[in-house]
Amino acid sequence: MRSSWPGGGPGGSLPAMSLHLTQPERDLLAGRSGEAAALAMRVVTSAAELLGAESLVEISSAHIDGCLHHGDGGVEFAEALLKGDGQVVVPTTLNVGALDLLHPNVVRADGHKTDMARRQMQAYVAMGAEPTFTCAPYQVGHEPGVGEQVAWGESNAIAFVNSVLGARTERYGDFLDACCALTGRAPLFGLHLEENRTAKVIVDATNVPEALKSRDVFYPVLGTWLGLELGQEIPVIKGLPRTTTRDQLKALGAAAASSGAVALFHVAGVTPEAPTVQAALSLGREEDSAGPVEWVSQAIPHLPRTIHLESGGLQHALSRLSTAADTERIDAVALGSPHFSASEFRALHHCVRGRQLGVPFYVCTARDTLAEVESAGIADELRAAGVEIVADTCVVVTPILPARDGVLMTNSGKFAHYGPSNTGYDVLYGSLEDCVESAITGDVMRSDEVWAW
Amino acid sequence: MNDATFIELTGRPLIAGEARGPLLRLTHPISFWGGVDPVRGQIVDPRHPEFESIITGTVLAIPAAVGSSSSSAIMLELLREETAPAAILMGKADAILALGGVVGQELGYAPIPIIEVAPSDLERLPDGASVTVLKDGRVTLS
Repeated sequence: MRSSWPGGGPGGSLPAMSLHLTQPERDLLAGRSGEAAALAMRVVTSAAELLGAESLVEISSAHIDGCLHHGDGGVEFAEALLKGDGQVVVPTTLNVGALDLLHPNVVRADGHKTDMARRQMQAYVAMGAEPTFTCAPYQVGHEPGVGEQVAWGESNAIAFVNSVLGARTERYGDFLDACCALTGRAPLFGLHLEENRTAKVIVDATNVPEALKSRDVFYPVLGTWLGLELGQEIPVIKGLPRTTTRDQLKALGAAAASSGAVALFHVAGVTPEAPTVQAALSLGREEDSAGPVEWVSQAIPHLPRTIHLESGGLQHALSRLSTAADTERIDAVALGSPHFSASEFRALHHCVRGRQLGVPFYVCTARDTLAEVESAGIADELRAAGVEIVADTCVVVTPILPARDGVLMTNSGKFAHYGPSNTGYDVLYGSLEDCVESAITGDVMRSDEVWAW
Repeated sequence: MNDATFIELTGRPLIAGEARGPLLRLTHPISFWGGVDPVRGQIVDPRHPEFESIITGTVLAIPAAVGSSSSSAIMLELLREETAPAAILMGKADAILALGGVVGQELGYAPIPIIEVAPSDLERLPDGASVTVLKDGRVTLS
């Protein structure tokens, strides 16, 4: 751990000597590419100092989480960058905003919030970012390759791009993600460096029944368990099917990044940096020293610990996902956190089968995915059944749900996690099928037998 | 270790500054986004052990920040709304809360000190006691 700055804080002052900047980076800092780029570079270098990075790394893409209105500070910041002629210098996608720009009546916000939320979204588009407005840019054609250096915000997108795509980002917060996009640089530290991507703990899912592991409903629970158990420790999970889908991995990562700070997980035989358990334990080490030994210091080798996934732990995680576990009635259903994929829409369409849903039923997705399912004819059929499709935003980041409280059923670990604090609704977790069956009349229909083992 | 043994500890200033306030020690990591209402300066995650605690003006000791990367924005809002803690002591530094502080400074809002403190030191801090945070990262009983 390096020492702090000599004297003052990070704001305004030149970075300490320990951070090495290239000449082009110094030029950005000196304002040669405009005021916004200089401000962005001050934030990036401050972050690098905070994190103990010795240099910056050039990035090939950015995903900006900062277009979501949490208060007027976000607008103030974005417009300060825009006023200083800020322009993104790498391909940049945008996370959800607080409005559904395609369906303006969906969000129940007052005039001031609506104006400010719109200004915040538009400011980043004006700076050259693509108006994707999705928490799952990896579903709309933005898929960095293995080993690519990127700067992504949004906890689920971070977990996905690191784990499932094998590109490299740290957990960038609002503001820093935008500053990386405007400078094309990120602090070189943490998960940008291969040696820090090594799995530190083996999670053995071998004993979990195959019937459970084949079900989508398992993955948010596994993710919640991971986050609670590991915090931000990097696991390699063994014993999951090679056929584990992207949607399942997406749900796993989103839940793990909600209940903990998981930014990277490996799944042996499934994710790109973990062809084997051993490979995930040996990342960043010389071939010849790779062995079943994890070095905590130069002198003391020890085996990484293994946690066997047991029924009790999963039951605990499952119970954490419902605050209204004993309810017999639900008031609404929300799906699509992270944003629904086209394949999830097809699964929903299959479950609904033309029946009429009796409670408000929301599905959140990206405008690009919506366009895809519109052209496939699925969207209209779902709407006719009572599904409200929300684009550009989602139900836990902005007021969409019809009341101030009630019971919200979801198949999303992330909605289950943030629902109570952000919407006032209690939550009930269930599978996609459970959500649809319960929504027909509002009476809870949940098949829990898959959890009995 | 118990309260009686606490005299002083030294952390690493992520954002240096001076502050004084009653220590509020969180017993569980927190996501500011979804966990803290910046208008009320209050913990609003009903599953957090310190649910409903007011953080405004406290020296807030947190084992770790978890969850959403939108927490930087909540940090900025706390500074803008003047509902921020007097200082934050973090068991583990990350790029999220401190960044909200850095951006607050860029936009002209008064910063608060954010200090990285060893987790074992955090546990020694006596909850509720009045503590002072100094520019060099020292934390002492007031």
